[in-house]
Amino acid sequence: MTQFTVNGEVRDVEVAPDTPLLWVLRDELQMTGTKFGCGVAMCGACTVHIDGVPARSCQTMLGDVAGAEITTIEGVNSAAAEAIQAAWAELNVPQCGYCQSGQIMSATALLAETPKPTDADIDAAMDGNLCRCATYVRIRAAIHRAADLMEA
Amino acid sequence: MLHYLNKPLEATKTNRRTFLKMTAMAAGGLLIGGMISRSVGPAMAEANMEEMVTPFVHISPEGRVTVIVKHLDMGQGTATGLATLVADELDAAADQVGVDFAPADAEVYKNLIFGMQGTGGSTAIANSFEQYRMAGATARTMLINAAAEEWGVSAADVSIENGVLSAGDNSATFGELAMKAAALEAPTDVTMKAPEDWVYIGKSFPRVDIPQKSTGAVGMFGMDVQLDDMLVAVTARSPKFGGTLASFDATEALAMDGVVDVIEIPQGVVVLARATWPAIQGRDALNIEWDFSAAESRGTDQLLEEYRALAQQPGLTATTNGDAEAALTNAAQVIEAEYVFPYLNHAQMEPLDITVLYDGTSGTFWTGSQLQTIDHNVGASVLGLDPSQVQINTLWAGGSFGRRAIYDSHYTAEAAAIGKAWFEKTGNAQPIKMIYTREDDVKGGYYRPMHVHRVRAGVDADGDISGWQHRIVGQGIMIGTPFAAFAVQDGVDHSSVEGAADTTYDLPDFHVDVHHPDVGIPVLWWRAVGHTHTAYVMETMMDELAEAAGQDQVEFRLAALKNDPRLAGVLRLAADKAGWSTAPAEGRYRGVAVHKSFNSYVAEIAEVSMRDDGTVKVEKVVCAIDCGVPVNPDNIAAQIEGGLGYGLSAILREELTLTEGEVDQSNYYDYLPLRMADMPEVEVHIVPSTEAPTGVGEPGTPPIGPAIANAIYQATGTRVRELPMSKAGLA
Repeated sequence: MTQFTVNGEVRDVEVAPDTPLLWVLRDELQMTGTKFGCGVAMCGACTVHIDGVPARSCQTMLGDVAGAEITTIEGVNSAAAEAIQAAWAELNVPQCGYCQSGQIMSATALLAETPKPTDADIDAAMDGNLCRCATYVRIRAAIHRAADLMEA
Repeated sequence: MLHYLNKPLEATKTNRRTFLKMTAMAAGGLLIGGMISRSVGPAMAEANMEEMVTPFVHISPEGRVTVIVKHLDMGQGTATGLATLVADELDAAADQVGVDFAPADAEVYKNLIFGMQGTGGSTAIANSFEQYRMAGATARTMLINAAAEEWGVSAADVSIENGVLSAGDNSATFGELAMKAAALEAPTDVTMKAPEDWVYIGKSFPRVDIPQKSTGAVGMFGMDVQLDDMLVAVTARSPKFGGTLASFDATEALAMDGVVDVIEIPQGVVVLARATWPAIQGRDALNIEWDFSAAESRGTDQLLEEYRALAQQPGLTATTNGDAEAALTNAAQVIEAEYVFPYLNHAQMEPLDITVLYDGTSGTFWTGSQLQTIDHNVGASVLGLDPSQVQINTLWAGGSFGRRAIYDSHYTAEAAAIGKAWFEKTGNAQPIKMIYTREDDVKGGYYRPMHVHRVRAGVDADGDISGWQHRIVGQGIMIGTPFAAFAVQDGVDHSSVEGAADTTYDLPDFHVDVHHPDVGIPVLWWRAVGHTHTAYVMETMMDELAEAAGQDQVEFRLAALKNDPRLAGVLRLAADKAGWSTAPAEGRYRGVAVHKSFNSYVAEIAEVSMRDDGTVKVEKVVCAIDCGVPVNPDNIAAQIEGGLGYGLSAILREELTLTEGEVDQSNYYDYLPLRMADMPEVEVHIVPSTEAPTGVGEPGTPPIGPAIANAIYQATGTRVRELPMSKAGLA
């Protein structure tokens, strides 16, 4: 049995410790907001925060998060997250939306660390998050917008 | 290819009770039939209202307006588009409007252009524009009639603004009048608004799916379906297309924790598990021998050699005009070029998935169904059921770009085979979610077909085009599919030559012919289909001819577009907005392309710079689009941004290759989509128009490749004729 905290709630899970956190969240805890895109940490759709740090849950084994605090798209509610989500709505960022949970988790972590990111900061922080709809123009604009919202 | 479909497609009708149950509307309210489409015959017109209603709008007693969306929304914004049309006619408040996907019912929910239920070819708004506005107008009239009766006033005195009806001192919400309106006779004198009265169309309407897509909402996508007692299925399929199962050993897989069973179906060997991870691991643990005797075992290098040889031989004529050979003989300069376009994977972010539930007498599927009528018929056929016993629940799709619109419904057929085999083996009516891993999706076929083009085109001493001989070699997507009847003529698959054979450039001596080699690699439409390669050839060749003629690239095109004022119009607009007449900044180079596809007109002007390592950086793209009435301008801009991003991704680094019949790529580490840093700034200008609305999902994709290739030529003097550009060190 592995115990960890998800969105503030303590959870016990009885699957093998080498099970990827992604599948624990989706199949064991029925939290499907965290997406399966590639399984090899190349697309970022599965991004969550582990103790506040963005991580690809498809390459994070359950055994490695025992005792950790996990935040997923369903629970992220920091000031940065609220600003990001508001900017996402204001600029109509999502198209298909499948990658957007991961985009939002990465963008939230960026703003928490770097409140006024430059384009180069955004390129670096968001490089691991693919969007096949190519909403990149709006993701970039929405991150800048969220930074403004947080400052206001 | 249609081996799954044992009988002809039939229009199937979900009965009304099922419909109500499915969309959870049994609680009551106003269910509005929209306009009966023009294709409905007199018998239908005489039927009673209960029969006649085509349910597109529901208004609950709480005042919630639900627009029933007959199309798939895979990100292109169609759900919002249809909601915009209804909300506008209703004068609803934007925040009271939501959407629900329609059940599979070809009679009621057919695409009026396809004649079957389905989404594609950028037709969603084009075919729904009148139908959904009329549905909204009908609802509006019924609410107004109910208000007039309630208040004892004339209907002419009742108005609606922002979701509130009023007449004099009386006012009411939609919800307060919904039940009364539902009991009234359906109106016969419904008129739609005049364009000057539109409140949302051509202005703005918020996307209906943003909140869920920004918060990880439960159960939106097929991949997220979670049902009680559900199993997850992962299939091992032949690594070569057309290979068959010889034998397998599942001992190791069956011993794994969480693996429930391993079964054989015609498509391969299926691991069934209690969750996704054990299903994937179990599949990897199978030991399988495949029989490749009937498989396609050629690699792309060999195919390319064969295609190049074919390109030297005359093919089937797609179009001919004047005498191209004679004009080329008389030309002052002739440019001869060969182009190579690779197979492409759609690589939509959500890998394919579908959930099936079969209990021996009925079947239900949950998936991002794009051609519901075919999925419905194929699913029923494999289950051995009548379509009336089968339901398709369409869910939001995590991208498609064509991948989910499948002429043979192969993955629905596979899920049906799994559901049936499991029920027959165990007697368990148990939901089974079949998923593709990313590797399955990359290696799973149904690609944009590889193509070779060979062109000879000339200009005369006056700089006028003198002869254009154009040969195209590639698999025909529609050959052997239900779409062949209207897309394949005299052996020529229109989807291979569209954008070239039907060019509106004035080319007096023009000839296009085509070879469709028989290759066992399944191919499919990929965002903008044939235009993805024809536009590249047409627009880079026009650039070469302009240079040969010593003319400006925009002026040269405009001279050849005298018969296509709308295409010329977007070209002028983009040139104006991009400052074409002034030189770009130091180190910046511009390229232009203009192309009509899906009845929309798009010009793109790309500005690039070259990095020190010789790779191209696309700095900015200025676009102009004429798509008729711009229903939702912000979504049009989004589709052009995304459409050109998708095209840019392909031309930079995307390439799907095979060695001895096996796909070389596996995942996003060797099939390489565009990332943030390579996305240019994009500016979209929309031509104001009162013409009927046309496509926006695809038309942004074709011009980007040639616009960039033309800019790279300005920067480097090199013409890129083989894609992706990474092969030449440009990306």
